[in-house]
Amino acid sequence: MPKILIPTPLRQFADKRDTVEVSGATVGEALAALTTAHPDMKKNLFNDEGKLRSFVNVYLNDEDIRFLEKDKTAVGAGDTISIVPSIAGGR
Amino acid sequence: MSSLSKEEIGRYSRHLIMPEVGMDGQLKLKNAKVLLIGTGGLGAPVAMYLAAAGVGKLGIVDFDTVDVSNLQRQVIHGTKDIGKKKVDSAEETMKDINPFIEIVKYEVPLTSANALEILKDYDIVADGTDNFPTRFLVNDACVLLGKPNVYASIFRFEGQATVFCKDDGPCYRCLYPEPPPPGLVPSCAEGGVLGILPGVVGLIQATEVIKLILGEGQLLQGRLMLYDALAMKFRELKIRRNPECQGKCSVVKELIDYQQFCGVPHEEAPLPAPVSSTDITPQEVKKLMDANANFTLVDVREPHEYQICKIDKAKLIPLGDVPKRLNELDKNADIVVHCKMGGRSAKACDVLRANGFTKVRNMTGGILAWADKVDPSLPKY
Repeated sequence: MPKILIPTPLRQFADKRDTVEVSGATVGEALAALTTAHPDMKKNLFNDEGKLRSFVNVYLNDEDIRFLEKDKTAVGAGDTISIVPSIAGGR
Repeated sequence: MSSLSKEEIGRYSRHLIMPEVGMDGQLKLKNAKVLLIGTGGLGAPVAMYLAAAGVGKLGIVDFDTVDVSNLQRQVIHGTKDIGKKKVDSAEETMKDINPFIEIVKYEVPLTSANALEILKDYDIVADGTDNFPTRFLVNDACVLLGKPNVYASIFRFEGQATVFCKDDGPCYRCLYPEPPPPGLVPSCAEGGVLGILPGVVGLIQATEVIKLILGEGQLLQGRLMLYDALAMKFRELKIRRNPECQGKCSVVKELIDYQQFCGVPHEEAPLPAPVSSTDITPQEVKKLMDANANFTLVDVREPHEYQICKIDKAKLIPLGDVPKRLNELDKNADIVVHCKMGGRSAKACDVLRANGFTKVRNMTGGILAWADKVDPSLPKY
């Protein structure tokens, strides 16, 4: 099963977990499985039209899915999906 | 190119004996001009180490004053500096570390009106600000001026760092085209930050600045470094340039209104007056209490915050638990919700209203405003 790494700001919506294992053959399916298991995650990841929010990037291993096949990008059992939201803190 | 004095040669000897720096590299450092935006958590270690390394001209932009809550991480400032302007306190420390460098202070907020004028005199910009409007402003100004932007940001125990706008490399907008709506991503003031985190992440930033100046090593250009202090893990992700930006940036044409772009209200009053009938001030809540009015006060902060300070009689239901614990509240009762500063409680009010609660009000300014206006004996955090 692919692994999704949950960033600090979103862990509160995933029972405080930093990693969630999900089933799914594509990134889109894996994220859908994540938001089904953790419904509060949904509005933080997707806008009202169901599109990934533009301040949240999703990576398959080290590659941005926008430069792969987006949500149709195929995932395998050993793959890691990272959710990386923008953070602005500096002080 | 100027040369090094006898005193400077002694000071930089550990650099001079390394072939990767040497006399040529030290002179490059001496002739370099680096602008640091912010002298806070990230800016503090960057400023101290770049000063120590002998970067010849360091500009510092900050309009804040030193607060006691800064000292847990902003090591450039000390207890004696509380209340001082941060640029003055930072300059004092930097001058003490290295009197052979020039420090230029800009005690102003960076804005669309002054950014290009301030940035134009520098070779490299290091962004250590704490808000999205300034992040986009710094990026866009660097794109327009063709200056590398050494970027880092932090949250709780996680950090990100990279180098933007170096030659034809990606910029911040390639990574994140748009800012999050206000309130969705908490700031350090709301979310907290591990004190040592900006030390580690700031020094990644300082390292990249030094490498840029020396022209040595592999820069973080096109790579996003993620650091998780709790797991003690570094990870690296690729940042690709927006394919529509052939040759030059297709997005940034001029500086815009970044407050508006990020959806931030222009006038940030410290304690806004109630703007709707669904808001209530701390003073009004106190009046209700004194009159023994029948209402429920709900605190939606986290248990660890409740331990720091609380309002008597407030019922603790952390924001994330509100949907699960609706049955503990009466739908027809008068409910006042508060948090630390008013953001989370506004969200909790929305959740309650969406679930059929009718008489829900948000206490403006949260427990911090309560401490200011009603009970000064409460500690603030």
